[in-house]
Amino acid sequence: MTAIAVPARARKGPGAAQMARWAVSDALVMTRRNLLVWMRVPAYIVFTVVQPVIFVLLFRYVFGGAIQAPGSGGYVNYLMPGIIGQTAAFATFATAIALAQEATKGVIDRFRAMPMARSAVLAGRLIADSIRMLIVILVIIGVGYAVGFRFQNGVAGAVGMVALAEAFGIAVCAVSAFVGLAIKDEESVQAFGLIWIFPLTFVSSAFVPIATMPGWLQAFANNQPVTLVINAMRSMALGGPHFPLNPSLWESLVWLAGILIVFIPLAVRSYRRVG
Amino acid sequence: MAIQTTENAIEVSGLHKSFGKVHALRGIDFAVPRGSVLGMLGPNGAGKTTAVRVLTTLLRPDAGRVVIEGYDVVRDAAAVRRRIGLAGQATAIQLELTGRENLEIMGRLSHMERRSVRGRAAELLERFDIADAADRPAKTYSGGMQRRLDLAASLVAQPSVLFLDEPTTGLDPYGRLGMWEIIRELVGRGTTLLLTTQYLDEADELANTIVVVDRGEVIASGTPNQLKDQVGGDLLEFTVPDRGRLDEAVRAVAGLSDATPTVETESRRVKVPVGNRGSTALVEAVRLLDAVGVDTENLALHRPSLDDVFLAVTGHAAEARSDGDRQAAPPARSSAGVAS
Repeated sequence: MTAIAVPARARKGPGAAQMARWAVSDALVMTRRNLLVWMRVPAYIVFTVVQPVIFVLLFRYVFGGAIQAPGSGGYVNYLMPGIIGQTAAFATFATAIALAQEATKGVIDRFRAMPMARSAVLAGRLIADSIRMLIVILVIIGVGYAVGFRFQNGVAGAVGMVALAEAFGIAVCAVSAFVGLAIKDEESVQAFGLIWIFPLTFVSSAFVPIATMPGWLQAFANNQPVTLVINAMRSMALGGPHFPLNPSLWESLVWLAGILIVFIPLAVRSYRRVG
Repeated sequence: MAIQTTENAIEVSGLHKSFGKVHALRGIDFAVPRGSVLGMLGPNGAGKTTAVRVLTTLLRPDAGRVVIEGYDVVRDAAAVRRRIGLAGQATAIQLELTGRENLEIMGRLSHMERRSVRGRAAELLERFDIADAADRPAKTYSGGMQRRLDLAASLVAQPSVLFLDEPTTGLDPYGRLGMWEIIRELVGRGTTLLLTTQYLDEADELANTIVVVDRGEVIASGTPNQLKDQVGGDLLEFTVPDRGRLDEAVRAVAGLSDATPTVETESRRVKVPVGNRGSTALVEAVRLLDAVGVDTENLALHRPSLDDVFLAVTGHAAEARSDGDRQAAPPARSSAGVAS
């Protein structure tokens, strides 16, 4: 035998355009699958929707009376952008846990042995989680309106605030995806999530003016990304002299871009290493 | 580049894979002819799952070569993935989704047309006896049903080569029989199958060829019968309640074969190797013992199981014992079970 025959089918792999179409359709199939699962599990709904609603009521009626907030409309107006930012961050627990479960259960293995696009598991997870996050944010805004919250800065400001909350949520999702795929153990992922998400959201401007914290804590709270994002959200939602848009907006956009640039590749890398 | 191969659907040569200092695979070779069933048999930690993961493109081998349906698993991984199905030992179905949704999602992810996915899912649900529960969440299914759904999910895109990694581990006997039936039917339709199992009777039952793997190496291979011949064929066994008549009984059955009967005086048990003429020997033994008037108990024909094969080639018993009805050695959870 002098030459090995290469059958036509060997080289006739799918073209780049076909691959791109599959990448999109596979990501959408995974998105739909993830959203279906979310809607089927009452515990997930409770964790993602009911819990932030409780936070709204708790801070509005229990702690709120004791907190002096700047700006018009009282504490509830100050609170809502904070709660929405926190909700976006907390929502990413589910991202990390779901990916950790899929990694340990062998679901990801199963997908990787199929002809589906390699990007679909992560893309479908991030898209589904941002849709889920958007639904939760809209529910929270509705609850906020019921307890006295009002946007002060027009429709554009409101839309801008929601968009920034989404962008923030997606960035935290990327971190969570990395954490979930790297740690892979559900309980550890949950514990680790608490360790970094709790301090970041509470030691920020989300619930109280930072000026009320001790000085050493203010240094951290003033400069960490959650504060910057929530300040920018608050500025878009409420406007006015108390909440200037800059520099918190561009600073938070730089932070978010930086987080995505670092953690998307890390998440992809740990996805490749699963198993 | 695809290599035009012979009639082999799977060709594995010189496969090595290590994880740090752990040598999971230390030079594995085998081939699986198209349309046949290879049973890969070995205890936990033998390297079976690692081998399946390399063969299904999930792990890159350190050395060696795997060709599936003419495509190299490293260089042509995408082409391999379009031709294989994998059902793992952990069920990969989404429990919150219905059986039908699970299958349709797998079909869509295999890039089948929406309409053909629907038909194919319905057909598989029917065939695997899940049709009645098709629109219930899979978490309401029994273990056997979940495993069948898992298998169905790996078949939606009609793979020509199927990998089943311990398909019946953890199932009750009824569930196992159901899986066996489905696997036999699949093979009847021409699917090439590689099956890993710790259950010796399962490999015996389903496989055309068996490779016995231990500590990352193939330590024996052949048809189930060839492997059994290695340990010497059928064995006739009986007990003589009256110790005084033991010798008499042994003399009576001595003519059954050329081999010498072994006698365990303590338990008054007699074992006569009878080659491959077990059934005839059984009838003759009854006649001979009857003629000399010796009472016997527990007269039975012991066909060598793969347990015996494993013991013969590895020197230790397989770790996970099948729950078959064999009367071989007591459950041996020896040092073999330490590896994980």
